[in-house]
Amino acid sequence: MPDRRHPTYLAFLAHRLSGLALALFLPLHFWALGQALQGEAALEGFLRWTDHGLFKLAEWGLVVLLALHLAGGLRVMALEFLGWRARQKDMAALGAGFALAVGLLFLLNVG
Amino acid sequence: MRGQLHLWVAQRLTAAFLAVAVAVHLVTIIIAVRGGLSAADILARTRGSEAWLLFYAGFALAAGLHAAIGLRAIAAEWLGWRGRGLDLLWLGLGLATALFGIRAAWGLYHA
Amino acid sequence: MDRLTVRIWRGDAAGGAFAAYEVAARENQTVLDVVSEIQREQEPALAYRFACRVGMCGSCAMEVNGRARWTCRTHVRRVARPGEALTLRPLPHLPVIRDLATDMAPFFDKWARAMGSFQPKDAPDGAVPEDFAVVPPGSKARREADAGIECIGCGVCHASCDVVAWNPDYLGPAALNRAWTLVNDVRDGAQAARLAAVSGDAGCHSCHSTQSCTERCPKGLDPSSAIAGLKRRLFWDALLGRRG
Ligand code: HEM
Ligand code: HEM
Ligand code: SF4
Ligand code: SF4
Ligand code: FES
Repeated sequence: MPDRRHPTYLAFLAHRLSGLALALFLPLHFWALGQALQGEAALEGFLRWTDHGLFKLAEWGLVVLLALHLAGGLRVMALEFLGWRARQKDMAALGAGFALAVGLLFLLNVG
Repeated sequence: MRGQLHLWVAQRLTAAFLAVAVAVHLVTIIIAVRGGLSAADILARTRGSEAWLLFYAGFALAAGLHAAIGLRAIAAEWLGWRGRGLDLLWLGLGLATALFGIRAAWGLYHA
Repeated sequence: MDRLTVRIWRGDAAGGAFAAYEVAARENQTVLDVVSEIQREQEPALAYRFACRVGMCGSCAMEVNGRARWTCRTHVRRVARPGEALTLRPLPHLPVIRDLATDMAPFFDKWARAMGSFQPKDAPDGAVPEDFAVVPPGSKARREADAGIECIGCGVCHASCDVVAWNPDYLGPAALNRAWTLVNDVRDGAQAARLAAVSGDAGCHSCHSTQSCTERCPKGLDPSSAIAGLKRRLFWDALLGRRG
């Protein structure tokens, strides 16, 4: 196994895996929201069905992944379009911090 | 390769739009989950609102395309799935996902 | 005197295995010193490559304890703690000729495919131009070109890039870095063809900005930023319809 341990490589892996998870989630999300086509009751029924702790955990995970992917995407584009090369490692760390902060806010508000 | 260049351009353009949309979405989610999420709460925002319809339709279109182009890269690099035929398949998948999301956005507007 | 254990991969394109050697552990020795000592005193048939021994020729790169490095400028004590073994393999992502010597031809073929050679504007037949071109050292293009020009072609970045392994057609960081220096050479006349050559999945658009190349380049170059420059140029060209 070649040695790839450095912050921006981990940032790439996190970005790719979060993007993969989000892409798989997207059709499910659209299907769930599409319940509204059958009226408010159908959507409400679905939302109550997802009130279980396991769903809340998955939701929290997705929110964190979304924040992580957003921050990671901004890092990549700052390099690509603005040529920000100097502080890439700090940006990778900031991105992780941002995702955690969003996750924490979500946890504080859920309830 | 013009086609491959254009896919890349499309992914960055959608990413730039998604950066704004996801930020809005995260704020909405964190506000929405305060005290539990109900269909009535969601629909109170979206029902009859052209602004939300437009926002979610654009969001769905950008996310569908962006995700499919991303999955294409992952499939090529990690599974070795390459070729023009597959490219068209990914494009179709992205558009289908987007339409599915626009359908849901319509449901939230119209319900 | 303390001993240093050195595990060296021995074999050829058909396969191989590690062999272990022992040499004296000295205060000041480079990885290349150690390999040379083993070849001279214990294993005359050991194949490896070097020339300048001072970090200029780019011929001595290998994988040292999991990481691609130039071996003539890598001190053993910087990569192995006292008592820790050295593990040497041929440079990854290139065909092995024998033992620690890889075939660099595919690596330099990629430079050619990226149009990594200067195409003079005013003397298409390669003749010496009438006059000297004036390229102000402070100009933006000149500074971009200068930043990448000291590449010694060692292949360390190419060996450290996962995309090279995942996509055999990918031109890789060194060739793309070279192309970016030429894109910024105002004397060069082959810009449209070069930009077309470095575009797409085999070119800069497969780079995921992992920055492994920049992290590992022994010359402290930044191929990742050079590739970002290519992407930026092609993005605006495509958006503004600047090229065919
Ligand atoms: C893959 C990225 C996305 C993630 C991770 C995500 C995540 C979430 C989460 C966790 C919620 C809270 C709802 C609940 O608790 O069940 C939510 C709500 C919602 N999402 Fe998404 N979402 C994503 C993309 C999208 C897209 C592309 C659209 C566009 C159609 C969209 C439309 C909505 C709507 C309309 C709501 C209800 C918001 C409200 O309360 O008003 N989402 N999303
Ligand atoms: C709806 C939410 C999103 C989904 C489902 C999604 C999905 C994906 C996927 C699957 C990839 C491929 C990853 C790879 O090739 O390694 C990707 C890449 C990318 N995403 Fe997203 N993404 C979303 C939102 C965003 C946002 C908000 C941004 C920007 C701020 C963004 C920026 C990027 C960039 C720049 C890449 C290319 C990365 C690379 O070439 O390595 N994405 N996305
Ligand atoms: S930044 Fe690009 S070229 Fe450099 S190692 Fe990463 S993927 Fe390869
Ligand atoms: S860019 Fe650096 S690592 Fe890559 S070949 Fe040139 S000198 Fe070696
Ligand atoms: S021997 Fe020339 S760079 Fe190492």
